[in-house]
Amino acid sequence: MSECPVCAGEVEISPDPVEGELLECEECGVELEILTLGPLTLGEAPEAEEDWGE
Amino acid sequence: MKVGFLHSLIRKDEKLLIAEVRKRDDMELVFLDDRKLVLDLGCAPEVDIVLERSINHSRAMHALRLFEGAGTPCVNTYEVARRCGDKILTAASLQECGVPQPEVRVAFTPESALLAIEELGYPAVLKPAVGSWGRLLSKINDRDAAETVLEHKSILGSYHHSIFFVQQYVEKGGRDIRAFVVGDECVAAIYRSSEHWITNTARGGRATNCPVTVPLAEIALRAADAVGGGVLAVDLFETADGLLVNEVNYTMEFRNSIDVTGVNIPERVVSYVARAARP
Repeated sequence: MSECPVCAGEVEISPDPVEGELLECEECGVELEILTLGPLTLGEAPEAEEDWGE
Repeated sequence: MKVGFLHSLIRKDEKLLIAEVRKRDDMELVFLDDRKLVLDLGCAPEVDIVLERSINHSRAMHALRLFEGAGTPCVNTYEVARRCGDKILTAASLQECGVPQPEVRVAFTPESALLAIEELGYPAVLKPAVGSWGRLLSKINDRDAAETVLEHKSILGSYHHSIFFVQQYVEKGGRDIRAFVVGDECVAAIYRSSEHWITNTARGGRATNCPVTVPLAEIALRAADAVGGGVLAVDLFETADGLLVNEVNYTMEFRNSIDVTGVNIPERVVSYVARAARP
């Protein structure tokens, strides 16, 4: 578990986290990104840009 | 074998690919975060092959061009990314290879775009040449709607939105097909169903298994070949006259398609990467 930087809620971390991983806070619904692994820090994920996705 | 994993945000699709690579003793992952890259022309990353999974089309395309220029093989290739990332280039490639697709017109001004829409007839679909997840698609039902959308695009949009890609609207009966091509095989396919005319799963479309029939595999492989081949998701419409190719996607998203098809798509992709690294 880690703390959501937006609502301070608990965010579940997968057993094999990687930097850049996209997560969602189940309490406030914000999309988060794993910024670093050691120590594990979370930040708000960037907003979708025009050329994103397939 | 060192596999360069070109990425930005890592979604469930990328996690599944990472897990597959890590299962293999002959592969080592090297993360290449496109937000941290400083690319020196002609300098290759210290990897045997790059697996492109960047969420940004522009970053992916330019990074692939530089990696390949420095001698590193990439899945998919720069040329495939260039053709698939722009719907006009995709349509041109399909046309040149005789792959059936809906009627398309391209125009560069709102006035000529209006003529293009009227030539195809209402309803017509206006799409940004670069874009995905069903965003900014417009179903133009009549001339009033056409004039309104074209005016908004020309005033509110960047110059990209004045490149007008107009496609014949295909009545698809609430679903379309996404076929997954890996190399020379169509490995799986799903129906994407929705009450809405946009059926992308990113927009709420439901995925169910679609049997890979011979005609489906044939047209999906022809579409994949037309854009250069590799690991591709081909979107198709079912019509009374047969299947039509709507789009071809080069950084395919498959997370909603593994359980419903029973096919381990990421495993197929990683096996293809291994083969591509040792031609």
